[in-house]
Amino acid sequence: MPEVKIVVTHKVGLHARPAAIFVKAANKFAADIQVTKDDRTINAKSILSVLTLGVNQGSEITIHAEGEDAEAALQELVALVKDDFGEK
Amino acid sequence: MIKLEGTGASRGIAIGPVFQFRRIKLVVSPREVTDIEAEIHRLNDAIDLAEEQLKQVHEKAIKEAAASEAEIFEAHLMMLRDPELWGQVESSVQAEGINVEQALVNVTSTFTEMLKVMDDEYFAARALDVQDVSDRVLRILLGVAESPTADLNEPSIIFADDLTPSDTILLDKSLVLGFCTAEGSATSHSAILARGLGLPAVAGAGRAVLEIENGTPLVMDGSKGLLLLNPDEDTVRVYRERAALVKMVRENALKQAAEPAITADGREVEVGANIGNVEDAHSAVENGADGVGLLRTEFLYLERASLPTEDEQYDAYQAIMDVMGKRPLVLRTLDAGGDKEIVYLDMPKEMNPFLGERAIRLCFAHPELLKTQLRAALRASVGHNLKIMFPMIATLDEVRRARAILEECQAELLAEGKEVAEDIEVGIMVEIPAAAVMADQLAKEVDFFSIGTNDLSQYTLAADRTNARVAHLSNAFQPAVLRLVRDVVRAAHAYDKWAGMCGELAGEPLAVPLLIGLGLDEFSMSPPMVPLVKQIIRGLDAEDMRGLATEALNLESPEAIKALVKSRVPLANVEM
Repeated sequence: MPEVKIVVTHKVGLHARPAAIFVKAANKFAADIQVTKDDRTINAKSILSVLTLGVNQGSEITIHAEGEDAEAALQELVALVKDDFGEK
Repeated sequence: MIKLEGTGASRGIAIGPVFQFRRIKLVVSPREVTDIEAEIHRLNDAIDLAEEQLKQVHEKAIKEAAASEAEIFEAHLMMLRDPELWGQVESSVQAEGINVEQALVNVTSTFTEMLKVMDDEYFAARALDVQDVSDRVLRILLGVAESPTADLNEPSIIFADDLTPSDTILLDKSLVLGFCTAEGSATSHSAILARGLGLPAVAGAGRAVLEIENGTPLVMDGSKGLLLLNPDEDTVRVYRERAALVKMVRENALKQAAEPAITADGREVEVGANIGNVEDAHSAVENGADGVGLLRTEFLYLERASLPTEDEQYDAYQAIMDVMGKRPLVLRTLDAGGDKEIVYLDMPKEMNPFLGERAIRLCFAHPELLKTQLRAALRASVGHNLKIMFPMIATLDEVRRARAILEECQAELLAEGKEVAEDIEVGIMVEIPAAAVMADQLAKEVDFFSIGTNDLSQYTLAADRTNARVAHLSNAFQPAVLRLVRDVVRAAHAYDKWAGMCGELAGEPLAVPLLIGLGLDEFSMSPPMVPLVKQIIRGLDAEDMRGLATEALNLESPEAIKALVKSRVPLANVEM
């Protein structure tokens, strides 16, 4: 399963507006997408799960994707995180 | 025609149909199901319908340019399509063979609990969102109407046992002609709301009024507390004429509202407004208020799941001060407790909340609460005429303690390089008899007094103002209360301080001549009353009123005092 490790630099972490943008983007893909922080793994397409994962500024997360468009999904999601969700 | 009586809670006449505001309880009980597939099908249908509803309110919010509401509904839509939430509900139905309603309740509480333990306002708000979305689906599953006001589609008089701030948020104000509550009194939330909107209200009308059918024609007289069910044509005509007259008097007064209130013999007093949010501030300016005599800050703390931050408070105060410009604005620090409960403060249940740890007492127990508020207010004060007022002061020591905290905040802000307005006046609410009796000592420690007659009356007469059975005793026209008012004004003047009043009495036309006679310097009331009170003051001779007040304070009852004013000052006898 392709996966990428990345540190979240946005000041609110994966919460509020960034969380909404992230989940919306994940939902565009057919692939199963998951996010792991520490030892918890959740469904990236669920806003509630993403919110309750507790990703703050400086947290390291791993994004996994599996399915036909997995590579494209990973690329887009990682770009979003790197780009501070378009706020950079 | 049937005649019913309650307490007049807000002046004015309403003529229209009855609408019963009934809170809907969502009752769910566990049930075993055998046809799992049918159960899941019910759930999916309910989600689809909920989505349709949400899209509609979302569009409506966008059209009405209610940006923050639109954002909330958008968040709701996202949760409504959350795969985890519904996935867990589905698997719970499948694994446990229980009904979808019960599964939904269980899963929702898991998620809200997870969000709540994060102990942060943002997550607490999301917990409310999940609950809201879940309740919406639950209502559809249970076949319950969307909201208590779903069927409210023509201007009506709203009936309820009592209304809380979260209820009134649901109300489309353009469809409200007035309020009638079974419980409550002239100082409960719905009454204050009604006066702020300039709508009539009757309180404490008794449980029986909740049985009146929706659509029953009604005439409601908010000054007398009168309800006339199924009125005949003549009655309706008489009241329509009176309503038109009241409107004319108000409009007339409104024309001169921006002018100062100067008595016939040349004494100028300040007539300000009691406000609780930025909308009220606009209303205050439109009604010609000279300033704000009372800014209730509780609005910042209600309708949410955690304390407002300093920056949030700063923004809110700034918005209000921007509306008021250079006009004086008296900000009352948090007055929680009593009948104003703030859930997330975890206030212990008390036997007598009105005599308990409320207002400044609560703030002393949690000094950071007061400090956050004071810092926000001080930061917003630059370029404005802010005055700070502490509620529920009983002793000299409390004033000193509160002032010390204020000075600490000022020093901190200056050390941080932040700007703070200079010469901010500091005052106290006089609402506890002990403070009224000791006003001569307190006057040395403050810049002003503002008399809160609602609480001063209930404490002086030992009669709970929210208890309909004894509320009649808690009357500010009681000579005992008026004598305390006299002493407080005297004590203030002896030390060259000013004395104001922000209780209901200040906006009561019959009381205005007495208060002018007692030497009150500032009157503050609900914004719609400002024009009329100013007009009454302009017609009074302050010297004559002094004699009238002396006479009144020697009378034996509120009735005798009102009768005296009515006979001597016809212009104060406005039946509205």
